[in-house]
Amino acid sequence: MQQVTEIRWHARGGQGAVTAAKMTAEVALSQDKYFQAFPEYGPERSGAPIVAFTRISDKPIQIYSAIEHPDYVLVLDPTLLDAVDVTAGTSAGAVVIINSEEDATALARRPEMAGKSVYTVPATRIALETIKRAIPNTPLIGALAEVSGIFSLEGVLNEVKTSLGKKFNEDVVKANLEAVKRGYGEVSGL
Amino acid sequence: MSKWNFNDIVKWGPGRHEPGATIPESGTADDYETGGWRTDRPVRDQEKCNDCMICFFACPDSSILVNNGKLAEIDLKHCKGCGICAQVCPRDAIEMVNEIEAEKEEEEK
Amino acid sequence: MTRKAITGNGAIALALKQVDPDVMSAYPITPQTEIAQNYAQFVADGAVKTEYIAVESEHSAMSAAIGSCAAGARTITATSSQGFALMWEMLFIAASLRLPITMPVITRALSGPINIHCDHSDSMGGRDCGWIQLYGEDAQEGYDNAIQAFRIAEHMDVRLPVMTMIDGFIISGAISPVETLEDDQVKQFVGGYEPVHPLLDIDNPVTVGAFDSLGGWYFEHKVTQNDAMAKAMDVIESVGREYGELSGRPYSHFKTHMIEDAEIVLVAIGSAAGNVKTMVDKLRSEGKKVGLLKVRTFRPFPHRQIAEALSSARVIGVMDRSDSFGSQGGPLFTEVRSALFEAEPRPQVYNFIYGLGGRDIFPDDIEGAVRLLERAAAGEKVSHARHYLNVRGVSVDGQA
Repeated sequence: MQQVTEIRWHARGGQGAVTAAKMTAEVALSQDKYFQAFPEYGPERSGAPIVAFTRISDKPIQIYSAIEHPDYVLVLDPTLLDAVDVTAGTSAGAVVIINSEEDATALARRPEMAGKSVYTVPATRIALETIKRAIPNTPLIGALAEVSGIFSLEGVLNEVKTSLGKKFNEDVVKANLEAVKRGYGEVSGL
Repeated sequence: MSKWNFNDIVKWGPGRHEPGATIPESGTADDYETGGWRTDRPVRDQEKCNDCMICFFACPDSSILVNNGKLAEIDLKHCKGCGICAQVCPRDAIEMVNEIEAEKEEEEK
Repeated sequence: MTRKAITGNGAIALALKQVDPDVMSAYPITPQTEIAQNYAQFVADGAVKTEYIAVESEHSAMSAAIGSCAAGARTITATSSQGFALMWEMLFIAASLRLPITMPVITRALSGPINIHCDHSDSMGGRDCGWIQLYGEDAQEGYDNAIQAFRIAEHMDVRLPVMTMIDGFIISGAISPVETLEDDQVKQFVGGYEPVHPLLDIDNPVTVGAFDSLGGWYFEHKVTQNDAMAKAMDVIESVGREYGELSGRPYSHFKTHMIEDAEIVLVAIGSAAGNVKTMVDKLRSEGKKVGLLKVRTFRPFPHRQIAEALSSARVIGVMDRSDSFGSQGGPLFTEVRSALFEAEPRPQVYNFIYGLGGRDIFPDDIEGAVRLLERAAAGEKVSHARHYLNVRGVSVDGQA
């Protein structure tokens, strides 16, 4: 089988999981990797738990089914931990990165996290302090880069600079770069 | 005048037809004379007619022929004898006459 | 050549933009796709010269496309699902008038029960309306097919409408890398549009859509439609080759993977072909002689070429993402098995129905199908009734 990294994003409708999956795809593109990013299709309901998926590989990806056994799970909203099993289908070594103010050790004690590598990053606070809006996906991508090593920090920063630079002024770009860097630096785990 | 020579069309195989069944000519309905469908014929009384043209607009077969804004004649090659012209005429200037009787009358003249 | 991260819808809309046809008529809201939405944006931005006709239904979208194309304009539309169904009667008219309209179709289920997700019920239901049908596996093929469609439809030996399919949501909504050509490369490849007997040529007036009844030539005209389909077979090949020279991605009627020495071959169409290919690679690494034939051209159906390609296979599994209720199997199955009727020795052919209403097809499902085919290859008697993949409460062997 081809070596594909599979990521599942958990959020509530409107929190930007699809955007996060998309941004990750853009980063993959900028690093000459192959990728897929897709939401779980269905009616869009603001606030309802949703998932989105990203696949990344060095070779073309020719599998189009939903991701059953993700290598990485990213949780954009910590309240989801009590609403859905974010670890469903994951194998023992799977990595779970949670947007949370809590310590990773505390969340790792949850029964469903047994055997998983749990990381936390205060992505909403970082977003509020940098971008001034509660959009946690940019810092989370920084955290993903640090934890997974799929992308270099520099690669992510370059991509954010080029893609946002086309649409937004310098302050917005700078704030986003800062959000990525802080996500990268402030993620902590076991 | 027909530009499209289709004299032996009954013998044509599929390859001879234009793609899409297009007829390479327009207004071909003119070639199809429907006057023979008629049992009653419209006859105009020129004394009563004031060329108001209501019959022209009402005729479903474009059989009211017009020249210089005046009603010239009724196209009996295409008129099917529906009688709408006689119905709509505000001056009762068009009368529907039995086709056989009308033909007899014509011969007598 | 540029590499982009783009959805299937976005890639196809971009292909259409690069062609910049004269007219797009489209119903602008659901069950329409983002293709029509994106294209409306291009028109609003002045990025294309296309006249965009927003109509009140898909029936009108196809009617307006017919009028526009008959008038002499290069014309496109796009649709999906119920919209495709509502176009139905006009699809036949577009084909019988030999109008080279092109239409991307995002394949989705037909209600009911109400369902908006991927399957091939819409386009497969329209397989006999006289349109050429090309199916793509991914967004790249959706983009490439949308461009080639113009050349195939407008070829003077063909003059038939072409629809190009990609799988709804699975491909249309997913972001993946797509290599795009430059605008001028696309324009040059597609070339200028030469209408045949356009209504707007007032110096040479013609009659389009005349009554062609019992005493007329309806039957002869239907025979010419089938002749045009037969000629399209070569045109699709030659356009695919030429596109390959331009893009590095040649196209034919189908693509094979590891079938030369394969005892078991799966035949698939649409995105599932990728899933199957991935599984074939895995099974090959385990020493199993398994292969894939991915169908691209479904109308005209390349029966001779497919029979030849499958000549060494002993057991064949055909995968259908739509059903043909009450028939012997799905539409792809009946075509493939019929194509193999005269093969000697005649292989065993089995049908797998999967993915209706967007039901996922997982590697395990494909592996299960291959296990069933292996049993047939080993001489076990296997039922020729439909086998369903990933239906709840039913194993692939048809036993609950």
